[in-house]
Amino acid sequence: MNELLHLLKTNARLTNAQLADMLGKTEQEISTEIQRLESKGVIRGYTAIINEELTKTTEVEALIELRVTPKKDCGFDDIAKTIMMYDEVESVCLMSGMYDLALTVKGESLKDVAMFVSQRLSAMEGVLATATHFVLKRYKEKGIFIEDDEFDERSLVW
Amino acid sequence: MDYESILSKRVQNMKPSGIRKFFDLAATMDGVISLGVGEPDFSTPWSIRKEAIDVLERRKIVYTANSGLAQLRESVAKYLTKKIHVDYNPEHEIIITVGGSEAIDIAIRGLINPKDEVLIVEPSFVCYSPIVEMASGVAVPIATKQENKFKLTAQELKEKITDKTKLLILPFPNNPTGAIMTREDLEPIAEVLHGTDIMILSDEIYSEMTYTGKHCSIAELDGMRERTIIVNGFSKAFAMTGWRLGYLCAPAPVTEQLVKIHQYIIMSSPTISQYAAITALESCDHEVERMVKEYNIRRRYLVEAFNRIGMTCFSPEGAFYVFPSIQCTGMSSEEFCEKLLEEEKVAVVPGNAFGESGEGFVRISYAYSLRHLMEAVGKITKFLERHGAI
Repeated sequence: MNELLHLLKTNARLTNAQLADMLGKTEQEISTEIQRLESKGVIRGYTAIINEELTKTTEVEALIELRVTPKKDCGFDDIAKTIMMYDEVESVCLMSGMYDLALTVKGESLKDVAMFVSQRLSAMEGVLATATHFVLKRYKEKGIFIEDDEFDERSLVW
Repeated sequence: MDYESILSKRVQNMKPSGIRKFFDLAATMDGVISLGVGEPDFSTPWSIRKEAIDVLERRKIVYTANSGLAQLRESVAKYLTKKIHVDYNPEHEIIITVGGSEAIDIAIRGLINPKDEVLIVEPSFVCYSPIVEMASGVAVPIATKQENKFKLTAQELKEKITDKTKLLILPFPNNPTGAIMTREDLEPIAEVLHGTDIMILSDEIYSEMTYTGKHCSIAELDGMRERTIIVNGFSKAFAMTGWRLGYLCAPAPVTEQLVKIHQYIIMSSPTISQYAAITALESCDHEVERMVKEYNIRRRYLVEAFNRIGMTCFSPEGAFYVFPSIQCTGMSSEEFCEKLLEEEKVAVVPGNAFGESGEGFVRISYAYSLRHLMEAVGKITKFLERHGAI
């Protein structure tokens, strides 16, 4: 992968000056390249990784497996695109294996999410079955440890 | 008991490593940000660890042949042919050792007679002189200079050669400076050594960590293989420091003698590590490449950052250290390191720990995450500002 994208994926808050140092480029070159990646749609956005347990939020999150009937001509795209329009849905992926779509859904409470699944998703045309798994604890996200900092086992020897 | 009169005079006269005291102090403090360690921050690649687990489950962990597992020696030979285009006979010319450290020890002990002179390129890793002295040899430092990018020049070498010179220790890519020697840099050195009986101990432990081209070994040059002992190992390239495994390669008449020392003091190197090392050499190119890429990003960042804040820093092309000058502070290396530790809780290593020619510099390791390095640079900047150096 492009080294610039690699760096932004590990820390999107690196300044253009820092990125320029790290990649042996000028700040201008970095800024042009980022603009190019953004306008081409390669970079879709920037986000923060948050330990929700330290915030006041009471939101719950669930992983939902969905089995659906693909539509003639457009396969799974049509239903995936309908599902992703809901604000409650954080991510939608087409999967290989036992089920077809994997969603992450957020809600104010367990009941909230359960209602969303039963009333919105299950009722949708083409949805054959759902399985809801609530997230109990998050350990690592996008390569970053959520609770602990990595412990440096090395002692000062040389 | 009067231990002083009991213990070996030679050992008592040995200087404790220059930075021990400093590290002990750092260890008593909380929240120290260290840039001090000389080992990778990456974990050993999983395929290597998995192989070790399998070996533990499947095999009896018994001694191997003195010079190491035959299969590992074959892998080392193949690896060297691929990397430096020099062929070594796995049966007679390769010894698997306990880290590069043991390889250095037995090479020096195997060569030195009392009063033989050993030329040691400095600044460099701290173990060479004490081992030379233990072998009753005489350590003769050759100071390299920042204006030469800490490379050894033919002139500097010639000036130190006497009729007692037995061995040249050539530690490139270099710890602590990050200097490398390219083929063009090595050629004039080889020319000086041609026709002499001077041997070379080429410590190539950082050979995988070069950033501007492939590593070149002096053994590749005409007439040099016959006088060269290559020392290398798994610690740095494959992030395997704790596995304690290295190797040396030399012409058979040399290894035939050195293996006797190894046999008596070590018997054979750690068996589990040896099996795992075969996996390292044969199927971890991709992991090594990934680590080197990451080091390179950090290297470029640090060089720019230090030059910007006035700690001038030549661009190191190997290993995982930068070696900036602290001239702008007017402090000695040790003073700088002590104050930086006290005031900002950042630990770096004084350059003079690696030989007098390292005075005026500090060694900074980039075997740390970028986040860690950026935090440390921020603190060093504050420190320089407080002392009026910026």
